[in-house]
Amino acid sequence: MTTTETQAETQLETMTFAEAIRAALTEAMEADERVFVLGEDIGVYGGAFGVTTGMLDRFGPERIRDTPIAEEAIMGAAVGAALCGMRPVAEMQFSDFTAHAMDQLVNQAAKVYFMLGGAVSVPLVLRLPFGSGTGAAAQHSQSQEAWYAHTPGLKVVMPSNPADAKGLLHAAIRDPNPVVFMEHKVLYRTASGPVPTGSEAIPLGVAAVPREGDDLTIVATGIMVSRALAAAEELASQGIEATVVDPRTLKPLDEATILERVRATGRVLLVQEAPRSGGFTAEIAARITESDTLYYLLAPIRRLSGLDAPIPYNPDLEKASVPQVPDIVQAARTLVKEP
Amino acid sequence: MVTKLAESKDDAGRVLATMWTIRRFEEAVDEMFARGLLYGTMHLSIGQEASATGACLALRDDDVITSTHRGHGHCIAKGADLGRMMAELLARDTGYCRGRGGSMHIADVSKGNLGANGIVAGGIPIAVGAALALKLQGSDKVALSFFGDGATSEGAFHESVNLAAIWDLPVVFVCENNHYGMSMSVEEVSRLERVADRAAGYAIPGGTVDGNDVQEVYEAVAQAVAHARAGQGPTLIEAVTYRWKGHSKSDQNLYRTREEIESWRQRDPIDRFEQAVLEAGTLDQGEVQKLRDQARDAVRDAVRTGQAGPPSSSDLLGAVYAPSEVDAVSPTSEGAPAEPLPDGAAPTPVAAAAGTRGEAEAP
Repeated sequence: MTTTETQAETQLETMTFAEAIRAALTEAMEADERVFVLGEDIGVYGGAFGVTTGMLDRFGPERIRDTPIAEEAIMGAAVGAALCGMRPVAEMQFSDFTAHAMDQLVNQAAKVYFMLGGAVSVPLVLRLPFGSGTGAAAQHSQSQEAWYAHTPGLKVVMPSNPADAKGLLHAAIRDPNPVVFMEHKVLYRTASGPVPTGSEAIPLGVAAVPREGDDLTIVATGIMVSRALAAAEELASQGIEATVVDPRTLKPLDEATILERVRATGRVLLVQEAPRSGGFTAEIAARITESDTLYYLLAPIRRLSGLDAPIPYNPDLEKASVPQVPDIVQAARTLVKEP
Repeated sequence: MVTKLAESKDDAGRVLATMWTIRRFEEAVDEMFARGLLYGTMHLSIGQEASATGACLALRDDDVITSTHRGHGHCIAKGADLGRMMAELLARDTGYCRGRGGSMHIADVSKGNLGANGIVAGGIPIAVGAALALKLQGSDKVALSFFGDGATSEGAFHESVNLAAIWDLPVVFVCENNHYGMSMSVEEVSRLERVADRAAGYAIPGGTVDGNDVQEVYEAVAQAVAHARAGQGPTLIEAVTYRWKGHSKSDQNLYRTREEIESWRQRDPIDRFEQAVLEAGTLDQGEVQKLRDQARDAVRDAVRTGQAGPPSSSDLLGAVYAPSEVDAVSPTSEGAPAEPLPDGAAPTPVAAAAGTRGEAEAP
């Protein structure tokens, strides 16, 4: 459980990551008639990953809106609808396809509020199934969060577990700005856990600390959080206690919590699936070194990232191209022995 | 039988006032630019006033439009305040975009103008989304998207028209075919005779009108608007026109001849409409001259108003995101708050806080 607080009447229900997202969408659509969903094959098919399964029957084709394979139009339709008082949730079937929609996302959605002097905002959510581990190869497996985090005007959310996925999606839908909501495809079915009932939002910009330990701090994003936690278990059996920090949202970023947790152990390992160069953890590393947290470091910052290479098809190579639990264990062991 | 615009005193006055205001506004802008009073660049629509005026005349105040980089005319025709437009061009805080957008981003959401756009075809998908919202909200409002011939080569145009077609969205696509996408002739970018021929590819109504004839534009758009309002979906209208000025301030007109430009000056949409009004006896010379003078004076006032405005607020980081109740911290990086140094650590200089804004370039 990583939600910040639960109300007395809130109950917990075990859900998968996909079910938690569906629950948030369903609750938001029931509560607010401005909310609707559009994307490819989200209706009778239920979405490529089954996230919207059953929602067509519940809400009908006006609000669960199947689109042609036209990502720029999907994104633009969301922007235009948001400008006219709706709260669209657009789904790209694979986050990689956002490349087709970048003009509307980057040049329009992200900039309208600023460019128009704050006269109007663009309250939309872009749901992006992303990441490797499904054998889908280079055009269906990328982790492009740095693209979005590098674009002023966009918010970037990357939940790592079902409870966070639900609470953060509620927040994203209520936010008056465009929010890129990144859902790791492997988590959809493999991540399962207790999820609070009710439509409580988890505020954007609050990191979670799902594990505390004195020897090092692992800051991990997305699916790497569960791998970091698994690694931390193994490290504990070897006498090494790790703190694990899950930023949950990259923009806004809970810098204070990250820095505080880094200062507490003096050793930090940053873990992301995305390629190393220009990756978001480089931003976290920079925030650490340009703040006085630098003085607390007992060893150089270490990063584990995906290779600077496209994701390959071969399953062994695919696995080898992004950090796995043994890689985290190994890196952590090395880090605690330094200097 | 519908009364012609030139035969109704109200309509004729309104049309002439709008067209002259657009013309005088852009002439003033052109001159101010030449005198170094304006920054950046400018895309003028002088010669194209009839399409903006005729199309917007067919709309209600609560209908919405998306516009283009060449959008001053659309903006004025949709009822924008000239003083706030000019203030924007002058990079003032009182401008429509508080000086953050400039010529290519002027919008007046209160008048249903969702904005000019710096990206060719960028407004077309947005108009479709706006139309989707209007339909989902059960309103009878329509969206109208202005774009140029250049935009019809963009994927966004094709995706958008198709989406509007299959969903029967209340949107009117108005292509202002001014013959050139910057320097590229429309004839060189398509094998079709007419832009409007593309409508057939999406099984929607389409047609070409003389874009320098405000009556023709008005009638075609009014019909398309009625069609859209009745829930029958989109229409593609091609308004054939011509820009007298270059694409932007860097244009040396190397791709067209002086004779060609001159031949289009002979088809001046304002002059043509004035002749029709005078021939019909709807207004006399004096009344027409008065409308011209009023337009000139309104633009002069706008320049004064614009110049009187304070410069843009320098709080750029505070302008990026709309305030959100679900934010726990600012989404705009401000760097870490200063923390006490550990015992014995030397206070070495550390780089400036993350997110510190560089000096904004002064307009």
